Amino acid sequence: MTGTHLGMPAFPEAAREAVRDEVLRANLRHATHTIRDKRARAVAELEDWDRLRAAGKAVKDHTLAHLDRYLLQLEASVTAAGGTVHWAADADEANRIVTELVLATGEKEVVKVKSMATQEIGLNEALEAAGIAAYETDLAELIVQLGHDRPSHILVPAIHRNRGEIRDVFAAEMGGWGRPAPEGLGDDPRELAEAARLHLREKFLRAKVAVSGANFMVAETGTLVVFESEGNGRMCLTLPETLISVVGIEKVVPTFRDLEIFLQTLPRSSTAERMNLYTTMWTGLGPSKGADGDGPSAFHLVLLDNGRTDTLADEVGRQALRCIRCSACLNVCPVYERAGGHAYGSVYPGPIGAILSPQLRGTGSEIDATLPYASTLCGACYEVCPVAIDIPEVLLHLRERVVQGGPVTREGIRVRIRPADGHTAERAAMRAARILLDHPGALRAGERLLARARRLRPRRLPGPGRAWTDSRELPELPEHSFRDWWAQREKAGREKAGREKAGPAKVEPAKVEPAKPEHEKGARP
Amino acid sequence: MSAKEQILARIRRALPEPRPDTGIPRDYLAVHGARTPAETVDLLAANLTEYRAKVHRVDEDGIAVLLRRLLAERGSESVLVPPGLPPSWTAAVDATLIHDRADSTAHQLDAVDSVVTGCALAIAETGTLVLDGGPEQGRRRITLIPDHHICVVRVPGQVVDSVPRALPLLDPTRTLTWISGPSATSDIELDRVEGVHGPRTLEVVLLGAQ
Repeated sequence: MTGTHLGMPAFPEAAREAVRDEVLRANLRHATHTIRDKRARAVAELEDWDRLRAAGKAVKDHTLAHLDRYLLQLEASVTAAGGTVHWAADADEANRIVTELVLATGEKEVVKVKSMATQEIGLNEALEAAGIAAYETDLAELIVQLGHDRPSHILVPAIHRNRGEIRDVFAAEMGGWGRPAPEGLGDDPRELAEAARLHLREKFLRAKVAVSGANFMVAETGTLVVFESEGNGRMCLTLPETLISVVGIEKVVPTFRDLEIFLQTLPRSSTAERMNLYTTMWTGLGPSKGADGDGPSAFHLVLLDNGRTDTLADEVGRQALRCIRCSACLNVCPVYERAGGHAYGSVYPGPIGAILSPQLRGTGSEIDATLPYASTLCGACYEVCPVAIDIPEVLLHLRERVVQGGPVTREGIRVRIRPADGHTAERAAMRAARILLDHPGALRAGERLLARARRLRPRRLPGPGRAWTDSRELPELPEHSFRDWWAQREKAGREKAGREKAGPAKVEPAKVEPAKPEHEKGARP
Repeated sequence: MSAKEQILARIRRALPEPRPDTGIPRDYLAVHGARTPAETVDLLAANLTEYRAKVHRVDEDGIAVLLRRLLAERGSESVLVPPGLPPSWTAAVDATLIHDRADSTAHQLDAVDSVVTGCALAIAETGTLVLDGGPEQGRRRITLIPDHHICVVRVPGQVVDSVPRALPLLDPTRTLTWISGPSATSDIELDRVEGVHGPRTLEVVLLGAQ
């Protein structure tokens, strides 16, 4: 899986940069709060939401448990309907297949429907290397592409940009890709959308090849489904002669009827609407390019693994494959809201990205080893997930893997990984803590020492402790340890009781002084 | 080993046999709430309106006049009609009727002002029109490229309550287009803007005894 960018800093570093950016934080706060409130209302409309959620989870779990069977059934259905199915074990293989298919048409440009899978494999870059221009047609993706930027949200990839920034990007960059932005373009969203409409329409009307992903694939019928709002999806799925869809193998569902669940839960979780504006469902080439008499005359489906079967092999982590990419978890996450999507260093940002990316890519890189820590474990992501992925559970599971190492599956092979770098200090500290806690005397002596040195407390720990204080303030040291405070309190209580017995007396404020523990002399080192 | 064999082998290694076949709980509702057919049509109208479609109600006698007025108000000079559209609907229209032909190019369609179609069915709870390429609807591209789409829904006959009621009536081998309002985007600061690439104006005519 590509998508880690060269020199990408680990999450804590990237997040520290991001939270300093006040414009970014304001853009994010506005957007995430707007959509999370709307979503809550849309979900509250359905009294059977919990049952839909349970059904969606069950469909996905059932499909994953029999994934081989359903993929074979899907292949047969798509082929029977006039499509061609290709299988790609990894990103390189998928990119090679798509590039060859495009080159075979003799075309040098393709229009694209927003797709997470093609971002994950770096398809645009691969096509560019082969001399093929790939035009993103979703407005937000266009903003990202023209801005030489990276997406930062699953649903609204340009969520980190405000209207002024978008205006500047359009004015500066549109001319280099095709129709330039109108003279004197303002920053009204209406005007900006109009500029995008004009810029992209000339591409839609001449495009011969389109590349898409899909939200769902139906094994029983071979039907693919794309949810969208703008109509760019319909343009790409209708007008070109060749359609190539790159879809992760986990997107299959068994029956056409199963769509009734996700057609209700995905729009409400994602855009907070009762239904997204446009949904297209197509089955191969249709009855002889048939009933409707239009649409592409060639359809290719590329089934993508790229780490998904490795994820499937992990009993705890496999639930991430239920994800339907609604992005509700991003919008409720306090960490995402402040750090933004770029900090996650993967095409899947937010809570789902924090569990999906380290599983698809492995925890070998610095960024992937830090992603399981990009969370407060508050559980809000689990609450809103329409397929009930227990993200906190998987985060903890992955943290354990990062720190302890252990058995994982990489490229289909069972291997045992070593603990990630940077966690040796943490393990050493935990071992030391265990020794200390087993020896109360030593702990007591240490605590007292710390209390005396409290004014010398540094803001960040030196040496191996540094990583820990990278993302945390070192706590204030109390004047007394809890045990000393408790002993003092008990002693004061006893003295008070004695005085009261003897008659009323002026109560002096308790003078707090670390009590000398009686048994200290006998303490073991 | 081919990629296909490789992927299937990985799946089988990841999932040890036997794999119990747990059922899917389908205790979710088929319809949300109880409504009379008239109330279902009202709900469709309300939900379409909320997503900025313009909704009109008319009976068989009035549709020709209504369509003429809607096209004239917009100043449409040309209007696309699918092959099976009842001629009586467009009998009074002043604009030039353009019949969709297989050889008309996307650029030619781009020069047309409006399109009038029927639909396969409409879903009240979500405010959705479903087109399946039938004779009253024509090819997908004719409802996509022009900027103004008038869609006629026969009420109450073509209206269903909910998504679970709609799917069994649809044929998955046909290409299906679900439309819930005019094209819109929320990609700029989540401000909703109507009309990006699809029709910027969607008018829905609810046709039936009033």
